[in-house]
Amino acid sequence: MAAVLRADHVSKSFGPIEVLSDVSLDMQAGEVHAVIGENGAGKSTLMRILSGHLPPTKGGLVLDGEPIVFSGPVQAEERGIVLVHQEILLAEDLTVAQNLFLGREVRRAGFVDDSAMRKRAEAALAELGSRIAPDTIVRRLSIADRQLVQIARALLVPHRVVVFDEPTAVLTPVEAESLFAVIRRLKEHGTAVLYISHRLTEVKAIADRVTVLRDGRLVATRDIEGLEPIEMARLMVGRDMSKLYPAKPATASDRVVLSVERASVGGFVEEASFTLRHGEILGFGGLIGAGRTELFEGLMGLRPFQGHVILDGRTVSFRDARDAMAAGVVYLSEDRKGKGLLLRQNLRTNLTLAALDRFVRGPFIDVAAEDAALDRGIRDFDIRARRRDLLAGQLSGGNQQKLLLAKMMLVEPRIVIIDEPTRGVDIGTKEQIYRFIAALAERGCSVVVISSEMQELIGLCHRVLVMRAGRIAGEVGRDDLTEDAIVFLATGVHEQEAAEIAAGHG
Amino acid sequence: MTESALGARASGRGFSIDLRALSPFIALGVLLVVGVLVNSDFLSPSNLLNVVTRSAFIAIIAVGATFVIAGGGLDLSVGSMAAFVAGVMILTLNALGTPDASTLALGLLTALALAAACGLANGLIVTFGRIEPFIVTLGTMGIFRALVIYLAAGGTITMRNLELREIYRPVYFGTLFGIPIPIIVFVAVASVAALILYKTAFGRHVVALGSNEDVARYSGVPIWRVRTLTYVIQGLCVGIAVLVYVPRLGSATPTTGLLWELQAITAVVIGGTALRGGIGRVWGTVVGAVILELVANIMVLSNFISEFLVGAVQGAIIIVAMLVQRSLHRGGG
Repeated sequence: MAAVLRADHVSKSFGPIEVLSDVSLDMQAGEVHAVIGENGAGKSTLMRILSGHLPPTKGGLVLDGEPIVFSGPVQAEERGIVLVHQEILLAEDLTVAQNLFLGREVRRAGFVDDSAMRKRAEAALAELGSRIAPDTIVRRLSIADRQLVQIARALLVPHRVVVFDEPTAVLTPVEAESLFAVIRRLKEHGTAVLYISHRLTEVKAIADRVTVLRDGRLVATRDIEGLEPIEMARLMVGRDMSKLYPAKPATASDRVVLSVERASVGGFVEEASFTLRHGEILGFGGLIGAGRTELFEGLMGLRPFQGHVILDGRTVSFRDARDAMAAGVVYLSEDRKGKGLLLRQNLRTNLTLAALDRFVRGPFIDVAAEDAALDRGIRDFDIRARRRDLLAGQLSGGNQQKLLLAKMMLVEPRIVIIDEPTRGVDIGTKEQIYRFIAALAERGCSVVVISSEMQELIGLCHRVLVMRAGRIAGEVGRDDLTEDAIVFLATGVHEQEAAEIAAGHG
Repeated sequence: MTESALGARASGRGFSIDLRALSPFIALGVLLVVGVLVNSDFLSPSNLLNVVTRSAFIAIIAVGATFVIAGGGLDLSVGSMAAFVAGVMILTLNALGTPDASTLALGLLTALALAAACGLANGLIVTFGRIEPFIVTLGTMGIFRALVIYLAAGGTITMRNLELREIYRPVYFGTLFGIPIPIIVFVAVASVAALILYKTAFGRHVVALGSNEDVARYSGVPIWRVRTLTYVIQGLCVGIAVLVYVPRLGSATPTTGLLWELQAITAVVIGGTALRGGIGRVWGTVVGAVILELVANIMVLSNFISEFLVGAVQGAIIIVAMLVQRSLHRGGG
């Protein structure tokens, strides 16, 4: 079978730095081709070249056997190459149908033809196996549904090659399953799919061939047959990844440091009770929207919260994050860019923001002490920045997370709540973060890990509590930690059934 | 593994010149050259001192606006607030009557307290009412303006006691070591403000709040207190400006302080403070205020453009300043 689209010895440089060197890959009709690699391996650069957003510095693209140069993404789209962005780019206050046709409204006699667009939107969504009403305001949709709308929008134009950029980063397993159903349908229609992902198990599940990038170079292109995730990880990182998770610290004791009783956060959490022990790593699993984030934001005083909280035997009620931090409780938001770091400020300002009181001498901030703290932070957390005066927004996702960790550790907390600790973080950094979390527990901290990655909960935590629809659905003890046990509590159905329901056979 | 992390120290400093921070100073230099070309008297010390003295009110108010804007807020009420505070201060002095220094001091304190209270009101409504600062201060702008018109019964509020006026006069017309007092006040205000904004935890919190309110909140910054305080500082600056302004004319009218908010915001923006918050530049603001007055001065000294168009030119400057900021932002990343 001939390749639909082929990258021929493509290189890309930004200034003196070559981020992609001599990469060739081809996409066949009716095939899912996965591209994997750590952050900074060149995946997104390659994807942007293929979809016409960037011109290659060397080499070129070949479409249907003919060399082609795209002037931009619009031209690439005209030739049937569409990109589904990782970020959700929708106008939240418009309806689903309005979003689908934004910028290409169907007109009749000069006016927009809403009923025609509604009908076509409904058909386009049905094609993806979704029953979202076209009149729904996008703001009301779940993240997963928004992504479906985004995919539907991309697929409205005639397409032959569809590029997915980490589409499951914000999806739960059930939602991911329905996305895979969409991808399989595309494949059956003879579309070539390029699938970029961090998650190796799902690459194993969906891809036909895998291309591994490392440091801008192509390491290997292999058939999926016989290629296991552990081997993919080894190819990506260039070393053995079997020890991704550190040994679970033996420090977990029976002494309860935090106990939360009948906690409610309006509209999100109802009557949640749990305890956290000294030196324990406690996992919180569940689907996105199950109320995990809201429960802890409420606990921290960041949302209206009702419930009884006992910290070290004393009843407490935090009015705001400052209060909670003073009591030794910190929360690291899942939304690093929106709630964790000041992207337009430098590393030093970010690092000391939460613990600024500790850097004040007399009336003024002691900048020398801040700089010393930054030196320590960079060293202890292995934050990799080209220059010290970079802005936080210029760091990679993994380094941002390390900076956020360093920032919150300056508060010297006893209870650390980390929401999605490794979202958007490459494998090498993941390992570092896991080791860091284990070390925290060993030092006697109690850690809460909220995660949608079940492997992470299983590999890292002593116990996992699973939330469903705002309530704590149950607890999975250390000896029973399996994906199936978590999925069962999170959804009320077993994983196999979930896949079947999502695929529409249920 | 840590090689790249540690190596980060050495490079970094030196070759990154912040064009955005420098641009107001460059603009000032260009204007000085233009001024000399237009009129040879321009560079005389008396003319320059006069320009800087005249810019003092706006500069002092704009220094306060730097805090509000860097913190992600906006205060449109400053001009009306100045008129209202000036009116109440003169009425207080008239009521007290006796021409001595203690009366004057009481009047000045009244003005400062009232201005701080006006700022506090703005801040509390913005913070606890959770209303857009644009709307809140648009409202208080109307309220303060109407109050001064009401107090003046549509006319003029004048200091009646001429002896007291004589005691007060040097605050605007006097000099210290040859430097007009308004200039000394304005440099002092800017210096204190720069210390607060750049060197204290509060200043850092203002910038964090303007940069991203959620991040500030999640980092334990007491955002309500910080935001309210920026408006109080703005009020205090208006109060100080009024102290220097009143002895100049000895009166307040319904048109006192008209469009000062436009000039103050223009000075802040020319100075390189980001209107969306997160970057505050006190010395840039000071230069911005001087630039506005210089433009007016050059227009008066030259014959090309009518000085009646000063407002139009100043309005154009804020638009140009925003365009320049945006292009620097794109270019610099």
